[in-house]
Amino acid sequence: MQSLPAIPNILKLKPGTGMPRRFQDNLMIFLFLLPAIVLFLLFVVYPIFQSIYYSMFNWKGFGPAVDFVGLNNFKNILSDRVFMIALRNGFLIIGLSLFVQLPLSLMLAVLVGRDLPGRVFFRTIFFLPYVLSEVIAALMWLFILNPDPDRGFINAVIVLFGGTPQAWLGNTNLVLISIFAALTWKYFGYHMLLFMTGLQNIPSEIEEAGRVDGANAFQNFFFITLPLLASTIRTSVYISVLGSLQQFILVWIMSKGGPVNASETMATYMYRFGFVRFQLGYGSAVAIYMFLLCLIFSLIYLHFTRKPDYLSGLEG
Amino acid sequence: MSRKLYTLFSLILVAAFALAACGSPTAAPSAPSADQPAQPAATQAPASGGDAPAPENKVTVTWWHISTAEDHKAVWQKLADEYMAAHPNVTIEISVLENEAFKTKLTTVMQSGNPPDIFQSWGGGVMNEYAKAGLLKDITADLDADGGAWRNTFSPGALGVYALDGKNYGVPWDMGMVGFWYNKELFAQAGITTPPATWDELLDAVKALKAAGITPIALGEGDKWPGHFWFGYLATRICGAEGFQKAAARTGSFTDPCFVEAANKLLELNALEPFQEGYLGATYGDQATAVGNGKAAMELMGQWAPAVQKDNSEDKQGLGDKLGFFAFPAVPGGAGDPNDAFGGGNGFAVGKNASPEAVDFLKYLTRAESQVQLAEINVAIPVVKGGEAGLADPLMITLQQTLSKAQYFQLYYDQALPPAVGSVVNDSIQGVFAGTLTPEQAMQAIEDSAAQEIK
Repeated sequence: MQSLPAIPNILKLKPGTGMPRRFQDNLMIFLFLLPAIVLFLLFVVYPIFQSIYYSMFNWKGFGPAVDFVGLNNFKNILSDRVFMIALRNGFLIIGLSLFVQLPLSLMLAVLVGRDLPGRVFFRTIFFLPYVLSEVIAALMWLFILNPDPDRGFINAVIVLFGGTPQAWLGNTNLVLISIFAALTWKYFGYHMLLFMTGLQNIPSEIEEAGRVDGANAFQNFFFITLPLLASTIRTSVYISVLGSLQQFILVWIMSKGGPVNASETMATYMYRFGFVRFQLGYGSAVAIYMFLLCLIFSLIYLHFTRKPDYLSGLEG
Repeated sequence: MSRKLYTLFSLILVAAFALAACGSPTAAPSAPSADQPAQPAATQAPASGGDAPAPENKVTVTWWHISTAEDHKAVWQKLADEYMAAHPNVTIEISVLENEAFKTKLTTVMQSGNPPDIFQSWGGGVMNEYAKAGLLKDITADLDADGGAWRNTFSPGALGVYALDGKNYGVPWDMGMVGFWYNKELFAQAGITTPPATWDELLDAVKALKAAGITPIALGEGDKWPGHFWFGYLATRICGAEGFQKAAARTGSFTDPCFVEAANKLLELNALEPFQEGYLGATYGDQATAVGNGKAAMELMGQWAPAVQKDNSEDKQGLGDKLGFFAFPAVPGGAGDPNDAFGGGNGFAVGKNASPEAVDFLKYLTRAESQVQLAEINVAIPVVKGGEAGLADPLMITLQQTLSKAQYFQLYYDQALPPAVGSVVNDSIQGVFAGTLTPEQAMQAIEDSAAQEIK
C-alpha cells in the first residue's frame, strides 16, 4: 500500500524532467562500469601505450629504456625477410581457414544438426578437440606426426600401405600444412557449434516452403539456408581471421616457427625477438604491427557487415 | 549512430585484448628501476669493509636452484642445514624451481630489479646482460682474499665462464663438455674398431654406418641448439680460441674465412645424409630417444646425454654398457688444439643485494666436500680440485679426464654471446643444415647481429 504513491511520481518525472533522470541513469551506468573500466585501463590500455613507448627504443628489458631509436624498429621489421614470411604465413592460414576449415565445419554442422542417427554422439566427438588445451593438442599432434614410422601414427599408416614416410614437421614445404591440419582439427568443432546454433534459428517453415515450391535439397541449401546463415558465417569469419593472425601456441610447440622460419607466424616472430633474443623494443614494435593489422581488419569487417546485419537476421 | 560507435568500440576492445596478450609481459618494469641504483652502493659497503660479520646480526639468504631431482635437492638442503647449524644467525630460504619456470620467474624479478642472493646461472651472455645492468654483485675480492684461497680451488676455465671483464659475478659447481656418445655395438656392426680421431675419419665412419644400413647420427635440429654444437666445435677446432675471442670482442669478425670453413665442413657432413629422417623438425627429445633405443649410432651432446637417453628409451635402461664416449675429432690444419673443449655447466650467480653471509655460504657450497657429494650422485662434473674423488661412473670419469686435458674451454656459443647473437647463431646454423643459407650468408647474419649487439 505504501508503494502506491510512488507510481504517480515516476509518471510525472518521465515526460517532464528528462535531464536529471538521464543524468541519474548515466551516473548509475558509470558507477557500475567503473571497476571494469579501471581494470581495463590498467591492464589493457596502459600496456598498449607502454608497448608503443618501448617500441621506439632498443631495449633489453632490464632497467630503464634509454637507447632511443625512433621508428627504426618499425622500419627494420618491414625490411626483414623473416617478418615477410610470417606475414605470408598469416595470410595463408587465414585463406586456408576460410576456404577449408569453415566450409568443412558448415558441412558437418548441416550433417549433425539434422535428424541423423547418432548425431548427439558425433556432435560430442566433433566438439571434443576444442575442449582440449592447445598445448595438449599440439603435443598429441607431435606424436601423430613423428617422422619415425615406429612412433608416428600417420607415417605408420603410410608405410602400411607401402608409401614413403614423410618428415611432416621437418620439411619446409610440409610443415605449414601439417600445422594447419592440427589447427583445423582443433577448431572445426567450435565453428561447427556456431553454425549449428545458426541453423537452429532458421524456421523449418521456410525450408519446407522451398521444398513445396519444388526446390531440391541443393537449391534449398544454397538459396535458403546459406543466406539465412549469413550473420553466423560473418561471426565465424571474424573469429577465424583474428585467431589466425595471432596463432602462437600450437605453432610454437609443434615447430617453433621452423624449420628455418618456414612456419613462422607474426606471434612466434614477436616471441622470438621479445623473449628469446631479449629485444623487447623490437618485439613491441611487432606487437604494434599485429595490433594495427587486427584493427584494420576489424574496421573493414565493420564497414562491410553493418548494413546486412540490420536488414537480414530473422532473430530480430 | 550511437550503435555504430558502440560496435566500433567493442571491436577495438577485442583487438586491444589481442595486443594486450602480446604486450603485457613487457609491462613489468616501471617505477622501481628508477630508484634502484642507490641500493647496491649501500649493501656493498659492508661487504668490502670486513669479511667477518657481527654474529648477532640476523641475516636471511635467498637461494634459487633448479635441481629438482630428489637426491640432488636433498644434497643442497643438507648443505644449507649444516651451514645454518654452524651459523645460527643465518636463515637460508631455498626456492626449488623447474628449469623453464625458473627462467621466467628470474626474468621477472630481474626486470623489477630484485634478484635473489644466490641463483642458478649458466654464465656467459645472459649473466653478462644482468651484470651490465648492475643486477649482480662483484665477488672478485672474495675470490682473491687470503692470497686467492677460494679462487685457487676452482679450475680456471670453469671459473672464467662466470666472469665479465675480469670480474666474477658467480662461481661454477659443475662443468661438463660436449662430445660423441656412441653405440659400441652399432659401430662394431659397421666394422668400425676405433672411434674416429680426425674429421675425415668421422666422415668415413658415417659412410661405413650408412653402408651397413644404420642411421649414423641423431640430431634434434628443430630445437636448433643441438646443431649449434656441431658448428661451435668445428669453429673451435678451426679458428682456435683466439678466433672466437677476437670475433666476440669485435676485434675480429664472424665472416673470417675460418668460420665459413667450419660451416662448409658442416655441409660436407650433411651431404652424406647422416641424420635420421625429419631431423630438421625433430626435438632434442627425439634425438635422445633415437640413440637410447639403438636406432642411431651416435649423437654430439653434453654430459647429461646418458641420463636423458636412459629416460627417453623404451625400456628406461638406455644403452648401458654399449654406450661409449669419444671427444670431438681433430680437424687437421685448424688453429685450435685438438684437446680444446666446447661445453658448459652450472653455477650460481650472486645478486646485487647479497650479504657477506650469502657469499660465505656460497663458499661453503663450493667446498671440495660438497663437490664430492654431488659427484657421488652423478649430477655434476666437479670443478673444484678434490671433488672428482666422488665420481664413480666410468663414462663420467672418462669425460672428466678428457675435460681436464683441455687448454682452452669454449662456452656454448649461444651462452657465451649475448642472447640476441646466440639466437641468430642457432637460427643461421639451422639455415645451413636446411640449405636455405650458404655458409657465407649464415656467417654474415651472425656478424651483423654481433656488430649491432656487442658494443
